[in-house]
Amino acid sequence: MVAANMSGELSGRVAIVTGGASGIGAATAALLAGHGARVVVADLQEAKDGPGRFAHHDVASEESWKSLLADLLANEGRLDIVVNNAGITGGMGNPETTTVEAWQRVQAINSEGVFLGCKYAIQGMKKTGPDKPSAKGSIVNISSIAGLIGAAGPTAYSASKGAVRLLSKSVALYCAEQKYDIRCNSVHPGGVDTPIFNPLWQAVGREQGKAFLGSRHPIGRMAEPAELGEVVLWLASDRSSFVSGAEIVADGAITSGLQRRPLLAAR
Amino acid sequence: MPRVEGKVVLVSGGASGIGAATARLVVQEGGKAVLADRDEAKGRALAAELGGAAQFVALDVTDEMAWQKAVAASVDRFGGLHGLLNAAGVGVRNSIEDCTLEEYRRVNDINALGTFLGCKAAIPAIKQSGGGSIVNISSVLGLRGASYAMAYCASKGAVRTLTKNVALYCAQMKYDIRCNSVHPGYIDTPMIAPRLDQTIDNMSGRQWLEELHPLGRLGRPEEVANMILFLLSDESSFSTGSEFVCDGGLTA
Repeated sequence: MVAANMSGELSGRVAIVTGGASGIGAATAALLAGHGARVVVADLQEAKDGPGRFAHHDVASEESWKSLLADLLANEGRLDIVVNNAGITGGMGNPETTTVEAWQRVQAINSEGVFLGCKYAIQGMKKTGPDKPSAKGSIVNISSIAGLIGAAGPTAYSASKGAVRLLSKSVALYCAEQKYDIRCNSVHPGGVDTPIFNPLWQAVGREQGKAFLGSRHPIGRMAEPAELGEVVLWLASDRSSFVSGAEIVADGAITSGLQRRPLLAAR
Repeated sequence: MPRVEGKVVLVSGGASGIGAATARLVVQEGGKAVLADRDEAKGRALAAELGGAAQFVALDVTDEMAWQKAVAASVDRFGGLHGLLNAAGVGVRNSIEDCTLEEYRRVNDINALGTFLGCKAAIPAIKQSGGGSIVNISSVLGLRGASYAMAYCASKGAVRTLTKNVALYCAQMKYDIRCNSVHPGYIDTPMIAPRLDQTIDNMSGRQWLEELHPLGRLGRPEEVANMILFLLSDESSFSTGSEFVCDGGLTA
């Protein structure tokens, strides 16, 4: 068992990972569980052999957040870690082709979903008990390098990830002012080999697609989901106790230098 | 020589604040200004004052059809479109704990969706007119967070990256359309008027806001308009996808 080889650093902690059935979410859920956390994988569909407990959850629905939190507090009694990871690209729309409907759908999941995730995370993390005398926790919001630069994705996606970037800072500042010991940070991955790229794999083939995207990263390859999971694990744990409102970039150096070509072409 | 001679500029939120100040400056510098706003009375009054070089059109920025009509009206009236200023916006105070989903969506619809729809509607017309410049008003709160303006920060963060996306798309398509974001500090406009009379930390709201800025005062709409005019004019012809800060030193 993998779990037996890992420390129990997060033992006693309770975590929610949205979009936890695949990609960065699944890798994160496995790492959090491996370090002793009790993990609720919140997703629209259940993964086979996923870690932790599965909860059917739609991040864009406030009702869904309310019932997720109520169930979680009833079962676990506390909430310590929320990873707002669920997201969609919404197709390759550019500024001329993106429809209002596509825009709204992307914002509903990527921006409103993270807003609701933070709001209910704080509510849950404020719940105290014998093992938890005061409000405490860590919120990790998955933005993207598309929240930093303009060349890394479709138009509605770029806007939604820019919203997550600033939303995270506001949440961090608010929690600090309220003297909640709740930190909030954004993570900005470059290209990660996850199902979000399935349309591209289908179009050009997986190996070719990975090689193409990999070549756009100075490091020369895409990331594996577990590499991002490690970043989230660090932010979720007490090892990052002075880190709040920060943008943690894990992008194989894409945003470090000058871009000769856009990561993904328009059209 | 006038700095935007013959250029037609569509200004959302053109009836007041930064939008109105920019419209005045555009006309003063030889251009035509189309004032697009929800406030018909104010918009028509300003258009009348500016004379034949200005025109009012009614615009709700969240309505795609209304944007198309505003762009068509600009081209009909003045024969083309060379500039777009997305200045319409709402400033709302809320925190992560007290903001409702409805409020979050409303702020993001006006500030972010509204800016996107402006870009989408204007790009074909500007392209047909031989190129031009789009200026999106973000905010210092698109660069830094604020506990008391959570939804506003999110919407202005969206405008910041949207702008870069539009800039690179237009460059890639060889449209000769530049797109930049402007990040004002607190400017003395109707948007912040409700805050000036409040008491914050035993100070007047005005004093509290003034003291945030190293320059020790609020910005004037004309000061931001000067930066926007530079971006609308050909003086800024090598600037695109960038963030232009006008904040009295606030983010320094």
